Amino acid sequence: MIQLVFIAFALLSVVSALVVLLTNNVLYAAFSLLVTFLGMAGLYVIVGADFLGVAQILVYIGGILVLLIFGVMLTNQKGTKSQGRNDILTENTNRVIGLVVAAGMFGLLYFVFSKGHFAEVQASLFTDTPLKATTQTIGLQLMTDFVLPFEVSGVLLMAALLGAAYLSTKQK
Amino acid sequence: MEITSTLFAAKAIYIGLIFAITLGVAAYSTYGERIVAAWMQDRVGPDRAGPFGIFQPLADAVKMFMKEDFIPANSSKWLFIAWPCLSMLTALLTSAVVPFGDKLDLGGGIEMDLQGIDVNIGILWVFGIVSLGVYGILVGGWASNNKYSLLGAIRAASQNISYELAMGLSIIAILMMTGSLSTKVIVETQQNGAGFLSWNIWSQPIGFVIFIVCAFAECNRTPFDLPECETELIGGYHTEYSSMKLGFYLFSEYINMFVSGAVMATLYFGGYDYPFNEVVEAQFGQNIAALVGVGALMGKALFFVFVFMWVRWTLPRFRYDQLMNLGWTGLIPISMFNVVWTGLSILIPTTFNLPAWASIVVSWSGIGVLLIGLIIYHGATSKKKTVALAH
Amino acid sequence: MNYQPSDYLPIIVQLGAALAFIVLTMVATHWLGPKRHSSKKDDVFECGIESIGDARTPISVKYFLVAILFVLFDVEIVFMYPWAVNFKELAWDGFVEMVVFMSFLLLGFIYVIKKGVLKWEK
Repeated sequence: MIQLVFIAFALLSVVSALVVLLTNNVLYAAFSLLVTFLGMAGLYVIVGADFLGVAQILVYIGGILVLLIFGVMLTNQKGTKSQGRNDILTENTNRVIGLVVAAGMFGLLYFVFSKGHFAEVQASLFTDTPLKATTQTIGLQLMTDFVLPFEVSGVLLMAALLGAAYLSTKQK
Repeated sequence: MEITSTLFAAKAIYIGLIFAITLGVAAYSTYGERIVAAWMQDRVGPDRAGPFGIFQPLADAVKMFMKEDFIPANSSKWLFIAWPCLSMLTALLTSAVVPFGDKLDLGGGIEMDLQGIDVNIGILWVFGIVSLGVYGILVGGWASNNKYSLLGAIRAASQNISYELAMGLSIIAILMMTGSLSTKVIVETQQNGAGFLSWNIWSQPIGFVIFIVCAFAECNRTPFDLPECETELIGGYHTEYSSMKLGFYLFSEYINMFVSGAVMATLYFGGYDYPFNEVVEAQFGQNIAALVGVGALMGKALFFVFVFMWVRWTLPRFRYDQLMNLGWTGLIPISMFNVVWTGLSILIPTTFNLPAWASIVVSWSGIGVLLIGLIIYHGATSKKKTVALAH
Repeated sequence: MNYQPSDYLPIIVQLGAALAFIVLTMVATHWLGPKRHSSKKDDVFECGIESIGDARTPISVKYFLVAILFVLFDVEIVFMYPWAVNFKELAWDGFVEMVVFMSFLLLGFIYVIKKGVLKWEK
């Protein structure tokens, strides 16, 4: 059962991620990215990281994808329109550089993931195995052992705020 | 909790029931809206379909179904069809985590929570679904390729994301008091103690005001209904929609109203808790007490639906800059203040060993501090303005 | 209290019911309603006059900025949820840490307001 659900979510994310790569229509790419994020959130929930799943939905779907879609709408789309349907199309350019970047990214991610120690996923969905409530654990760890990275991320967010405000007012 | 197949079947029946109740309440909210409007404007209101017009929602539904399913030639056809559906889907999924009642004894040692899913992330489920709901309007309006729809859609999206922030911050104050994201636990912590005196509203007055304002904005209801503001944008994001696609947008608004009423009741008004529920449980048994609880929650939720309608005929619409100013420079700083003040109201009584009522005193004094702060701030800014005018 | 992925199983029932309702309604309304096409009628509505151009024009940069600010604050709030859940255990230490974190954001926010990024009247 859990294998089936897992495979369903995994297929959903992989197929929609492929659509993001292969489609020429920018907005269709954005919407399949939405499906990819949803599939990833489902995968997080299945492996018992439900807080991560909902954080993924809140930040990526609720924030970053809206930003992306606004960005697409913001750009001047004259000259890229196809006839009649008014879709926004892009062309694939720089394939060689893209492949090199993709390979580098894959290598980096593989290196990081091979270093990680993953806990064993629950064998069966229906057995009553104790699973620590993830939100509580994350909170305690964040506030005690990882307090410096936490505050540094606060400074980082502030820097991003300042940067956004500075850049947006400079152009006028 | 182990889920057996019997329990799962019972859950399925329960979810089906809640589903039907949600749709029924939403359908009759459209009737209620007209009745309330008629009452407030001293009119008769719907009275033709059946006695007192109670079959009006059915007549509306038949009309919606029989209308032409119009798709503009220049629109992105599939997005145009899919996104009203997404709007409806998100509206229907939100109610899953709302606890509609206490445990029901099914016999044979099986007890079932009257709640779709009781999960660790609880209330965040609502936020996740709501943040998904932004797309229903944003893309639905974009796909119709109409300038009015585009304006309405973008307004709606930025309004929703702006008010989501203050809403999230006002929830945090509740979480600090209960220590759990689970909606069930949030209700249970409000149950112990002296009846309705232990409801969260007493210790979270500022948080509740912020939450209800944000709920109005998230449901796109007056005074925040700029996305569909008729005088400027014709129909806003649903200008091009007809038949049940339009029906889905309107219907999802009513479902959202009902669910947000239920969420507000859960967070601030004790959910399915009602005064003297221990007495009822001792007299009539667990099941009757749980069902009365369901009635109590429904009553609270329907009262909030009434408030939504009441406000619609009381307050005029905001201007867009007023709306954004209220969201960003008003509600967000106030809700941040509320988080800090709630922290103090919990920590001060525990460190100095004060009695329990001290925390309520501290949290209500927050209103005073906030008001003084606002007056000082207002005085400082208005003085600056007069100086600027004088020069 | 223990939580596990199987807690989410009943949501499949709700999702199924919602999807079935939506698909049936869409099919029914498409099948029941009349269909009359003409080139004038299939145009988008622009108060009765002939529609000019399309709605794929660039939008104001303000909306984009609001979205950027939203992402930053949303990340902040996501950080706050695990803290709020453990608030009573962490007590003053956690409180001070979070106030420091929030004051960074508040400083940035004050700068944003002073710069007039959120001024819509202009």
